[in-house]
Amino acid sequence: MKSHVLRPLIVFIGIVALILLARLFLVPKDFGVHERGYMYGWYRKGNVEDWKKIKVKYQGAEYCKDCHEKNYTSIKKSPHRNIQCENCHGPANTVNGDHYSETLPRLAIDKSRAQCLRCHFPLPYPSSGRSKIKGIDPDKHNPDVECSMCHNPHMPGLEGLR
Amino acid sequence: MITRRNFLKNTITGVAALSLPLAAFELVDPKKLMASEAANPSKVRWVFLVDTYKCTGCGFCVKACKLENEVPYDSNVTRTWVERYVTTKDGKSHADTPAVGGGRDGFTHSTFDLGQGKSLDIKKEDIEKAFFVPKLCNQCENPPCVQVCPVGATYQTPDGVVLVDRSWCIGCGYCIMGCPYGVRFFHPVHHTAEKCNFCYHRITKGLTTACVQACPFGARQIGNLRDPNDPVTKYIMTERVGVLKEEYGTKPQAFYIGLDREVK
Repeated sequence: MKSHVLRPLIVFIGIVALILLARLFLVPKDFGVHERGYMYGWYRKGNVEDWKKIKVKYQGAEYCKDCHEKNYTSIKKSPHRNIQCENCHGPANTVNGDHYSETLPRLAIDKSRAQCLRCHFPLPYPSSGRSKIKGIDPDKHNPDVECSMCHNPHMPGLEGLR
Repeated sequence: MITRRNFLKNTITGVAALSLPLAAFELVDPKKLMASEAANPSKVRWVFLVDTYKCTGCGFCVKACKLENEVPYDSNVTRTWVERYVTTKDGKSHADTPAVGGGRDGFTHSTFDLGQGKSLDIKKEDIEKAFFVPKLCNQCENPPCVQVCPVGATYQTPDGVVLVDRSWCIGCGYCIMGCPYGVRFFHPVHHTAEKCNFCYHRITKGLTTACVQACPFGARQIGNLRDPNDPVTKYIMTERVGVLKEEYGTKPQAFYIGLDREVK
């Protein structure tokens, strides 16, 4: 082969070799084909642990029970028993702090009318659970006040009226 | 002497060689490929079960998901959402999902958002059929979003959950277009592909997902398909359940009770 063909060929092979060498150092050792095969399991294994390390924010009602026993038992006896504390009080832990370790001492309670209307705006959809929930017309039923002025969300029945 | 024939031949070979991706230089051991499906050692296969009869469209699942998974609360993107379907007596069917914050505030209006500033109010007496359908990632057994990723940034774990490696994702957006269910989006903060991962940080700790915990009506359930005693598995195996867009061959693993042909 003539040298004017050979020389660029050597340069080209050199570049390819360099790229492969760089790849050897840059690609993490745990990157490769894993359990689900080449099509679905070609990834960096360490990322699975990264995802597991994400902080858990919502703790569930049982977490609240020990300190807030009175509020826990009152709502568990009411028709609202299946609503988690954190649905209205917000997650116990956030990226900024934890309620338990008191870096987040107060949780912001959502007392807005929109919060109650999530379920109590009447939508008569026959094959949905929504049609079985009592609703109000938000434009006619005391439009300007928070629901919790009169209704106790922990005791939503008439006996709990304030 | 260059003939036209040789020139064309060489051009075609050259172009074909250039189009080889670098990954082609990696020698893939066929044994590695074979081992994948046959000997999956995982004792867990996460699946989801949605009961559309129980869903009331309150949106607590969306709210919990956004806060748990740090998806910006006021952004219109979300990992899970709720759709509303109404068929009127004149045979027309309508579907919408609240635009505000990706539906985190639930359905608090009877008006339908038709997009482009148009809306439609459907009267109670005109409704023939109406219900809500929560949507989330189906964690498909054949995830098309994973196949199209050119860099190996999205993948399926042995327990069936499709994850995104944020440090690896180049943001090309192929997976977002590749998902037939539209569950993927760009994360407004990380600028990488984002999707529901069944709260992987929670389920691997023995907790349930944030949306399942937040649902007051039990419309959402998560289970392990490899555990025959799991109530979700028992239900899927013995009762009538449907999946979304079965014809795509993605083998979705989110099962629905009470699906309708309007639901896509």
